[in-house]
Amino acid sequence: MKKDLVIIGGGPAGLAAAAAAKENGVDDLVIIERDARLGGILNQCIHNGFGLHTFQEELTGPEYAERYIKKVLELEIPCKLNTMVIDLTQMSESKKNAGSSKANDAAGSKLITVMNRQEGLYTIEAKAVILAMGCRERSRGALNIPGYRPAGIYSAGTAQRYVNMEGRMPGREIVILGSGDIGLIMARRMTLEGANVKLVAELMPYSGGLKRNIVQCLDDFGIPLKLNHTVVDIKGKERVEAVVVAQVDENSRPISGTEEEITCDTLLLSCGLIPENELSGNLGVDMNPATNGPRVNESLETDKEGVFACGNVLHVHDLVDYVSEEAAQAGKCAAAYLQGRLAGAKGEIPIRAVNGVRYTVPVCIDPHRMGETQVVRFRVGSVYKDAAIEVSFNGKVVSSRKKRALAPGEMEQIILKKSELEQFQGLREITFSVRQS
Amino acid sequence: MTDIIVIGAGVTGCAIARELARYDWKVTVLERASDVCEGTSKANSGIAHAGFDAVPGTLKAKLNVEGNGMMDALSAELDFPFKRNGSLVLCFDEGDRHKLQKLLEQGLKNGVKELRIIEKEELKSLEPNVSEDAVAALYAPTGGIVCPFLLTIALAENAAVNGVEFRLNTEVQKIEKISGGYRVTTGQGVLESRVVINAAGVYADRFHNMVSENKLRIIPRKGEYCLMDKKVGNWVTRTIFQLPTKYGKGVLVTPTVHGNLLVGPTAEDIDDYEGVNTTREGMEDLVKRASLSVEELPARQVITSFAGLRAHPVTEQEDFVIGQAEDAPGFFDAAGIESPGLTCAPALGKYLTAQVLEYLPAGARKDFNATRKGIPNMALADEEERQRLIRENPLYADVVCRCELVTEGEIMDAIHRPLGATTLDGIKRRTRAGMGRCQAGFCSPRTVEILARELDKDMAEIGKNDKGSEFLTGRMKEN
Repeated sequence: MKKDLVIIGGGPAGLAAAAAAKENGVDDLVIIERDARLGGILNQCIHNGFGLHTFQEELTGPEYAERYIKKVLELEIPCKLNTMVIDLTQMSESKKNAGSSKANDAAGSKLITVMNRQEGLYTIEAKAVILAMGCRERSRGALNIPGYRPAGIYSAGTAQRYVNMEGRMPGREIVILGSGDIGLIMARRMTLEGANVKLVAELMPYSGGLKRNIVQCLDDFGIPLKLNHTVVDIKGKERVEAVVVAQVDENSRPISGTEEEITCDTLLLSCGLIPENELSGNLGVDMNPATNGPRVNESLETDKEGVFACGNVLHVHDLVDYVSEEAAQAGKCAAAYLQGRLAGAKGEIPIRAVNGVRYTVPVCIDPHRMGETQVVRFRVGSVYKDAAIEVSFNGKVVSSRKKRALAPGEMEQIILKKSELEQFQGLREITFSVRQS
Repeated sequence: MTDIIVIGAGVTGCAIARELARYDWKVTVLERASDVCEGTSKANSGIAHAGFDAVPGTLKAKLNVEGNGMMDALSAELDFPFKRNGSLVLCFDEGDRHKLQKLLEQGLKNGVKELRIIEKEELKSLEPNVSEDAVAALYAPTGGIVCPFLLTIALAENAAVNGVEFRLNTEVQKIEKISGGYRVTTGQGVLESRVVINAAGVYADRFHNMVSENKLRIIPRKGEYCLMDKKVGNWVTRTIFQLPTKYGKGVLVTPTVHGNLLVGPTAEDIDDYEGVNTTREGMEDLVKRASLSVEELPARQVITSFAGLRAHPVTEQEDFVIGQAEDAPGFFDAAGIESPGLTCAPALGKYLTAQVLEYLPAGARKDFNATRKGIPNMALADEEERQRLIRENPLYADVVCRCELVTEGEIMDAIHRPLGATTLDGIKRRTRAGMGRCQAGFCSPRTVEILARELDKDMAEIGKNDKGSEFLTGRMKEN
């Protein structure tokens, strides 16, 4: 099978990317989704708060997804559900058409091996690919939490699926480690379902989630949040019987003598999300260790020509609205690429993330290829009060935006204008940094 | 009265059961857990040791070299993963060379083949990531890696199809001598048997001491491990041991037969026979000590940690306790089976069966079927094999565990084969579903659902392993 564009993942990123690609003239495209339905993780996020930026209304996760699913169906974009991509490779040299190197030739083709119950195992040859595989939760093992390995330890998202999709309770007496957004949402959700959420413990001196979630999910229900605390032991041989929580020092090491045993039957983990880039790895895409996602340019294109990335596989977002926005750009750029309108790079200007800025997406920008404006998204590495985000060209500060509060849990963005970049003579480097007052 | 009762369905009990199945005996295996391979056999290094460690003349030495030699044929016969990747014992100090030499001589005496000492240059060419501080190493090309779960499960399944009865969830409480045999009281009723074989791991002393005055003592010796992502599974290709140093007994760094990197074990004698918890100290210690063996140990790639208990016997000679108890005719021990017990198991099964034959003669069964076919493995299958499997059953195209690429077809096989899985851990050990980097975050709800559907149970009845380990505590809106 041959396709102009294959979108891997039918969650919010894949849906928005596909719609934008189609609207920009790509007709020969397909979405590959491993689940039985489109919408990705939004389907289990039945709380509201989605879509404030995009639609100026508060939608639930499934409602937000529905808007994009409807669009995709109206645009008659084919979707393969229950279909797993098991490999992604560059078409080998021998199979390339001799002497051609343009985007529209097989030279740049990617081979996507997929598998499903109806059609079996086969390969799709695609001129362009959009990576939209989302992310996964960090597991107990990766967190190195010592103790027994009984039932009752779930990532917050797994518990969310049991409650919201299966209508089942994964536990009654709950301790949550990590104050990521899913953990905060689940603290409220479990409470509403009659469970007793005893504590949210957070290793860092600040929460990893959105401020609004702390207020609405913990404060409103009187659930304590203990910063600088972690779980140092899990007790119970068959089922969790208790966890031991301790305070940590500035190096995140537990402080002896501060241990407190908390009786519970369940430990939920909300300790960070990891972009699912195993397929990107198969293709040899250059990765950014700061995001665990691909390094992309202003067109959201990876170092592999014709391979774009968006959404949580690129970097973990705080709000789905930004995922959709970013994905639409990826879809548009993929269309431009397929139509030969994405001119080859003439001079990419690197963007350096320094002084408290952990990363930026994109990591470089080509003023010739960029649109009139370019959104640069980033996160900071710790909590700042009354600070400023500075953008510098060749070391010279060109803009400084004051921020009352900056926190790692919130994604930030700054819009660069093409005119500014073009007017600056001899631009070699753009720098994003935090300036503390 | 039955002929033979085997207590314990770990690798030792299952290997014995499979050998017993070759003869005209009525054999019952009693296991207190809900599945085979639930004790020490599920939490160890997964190494088929070459056989240079054990003191020449001991049973350990004999069974180790024999067991290692049997692995290739057994792996072909019973279809479990085994690879002869070779092993290295690193020497970090010129002053310790005599210890390498001693190991070499010991190994040669034990009958280990191809054993030799290699110098730094050759070592680095074999293993570029090995520590710069290593000056030489003992190289044992016959060392191997094996999947301890699938070895145990394969032995058990093959025993079961050849007529051995497995009673799971059946804990032995009492053993009494009666005329012509033993009365074994379990939580599920009383059985009588001419012969009892004690393969009860860390509990073997308890059962032995019920019938014998020559008391046995077993200390649970805890070993903690860290398992790392397949991304770094090729950090080393051989199993890397250390000579004991001033830092104590070394830990090993090895690829697993499934392609992860495994680091461990620590060694700590404990009182708790169920004390399989990991500890912060243990894990930190592991990383520190493994870092002596390899450069830049990828410690951030840990995907899970676990601990197992070796059944360490308190005996004059450091050796297994295998054979008929002197004062209890018909009661056979396979006790104190610590490392290299996994390697020894196939040879131990034969060795003990020969002894039982002397006590209770029996004819060979003509219909014994020595082969067993494992569950298909989509992740490892080539394109042609994958296509064939999907044509046979489209469920082999339906991926449940994305990290390890395990399909619904494989999970169905795991449930419906002899001694099929009834728990999430049972599925995991048979198919690897949930063993990958997300550690069952995505696939566990679906696996639970499939188990419930196939076993005609409610999801709330499905557990991780034994009773009490159910995942769900009820439905919504119940309280």
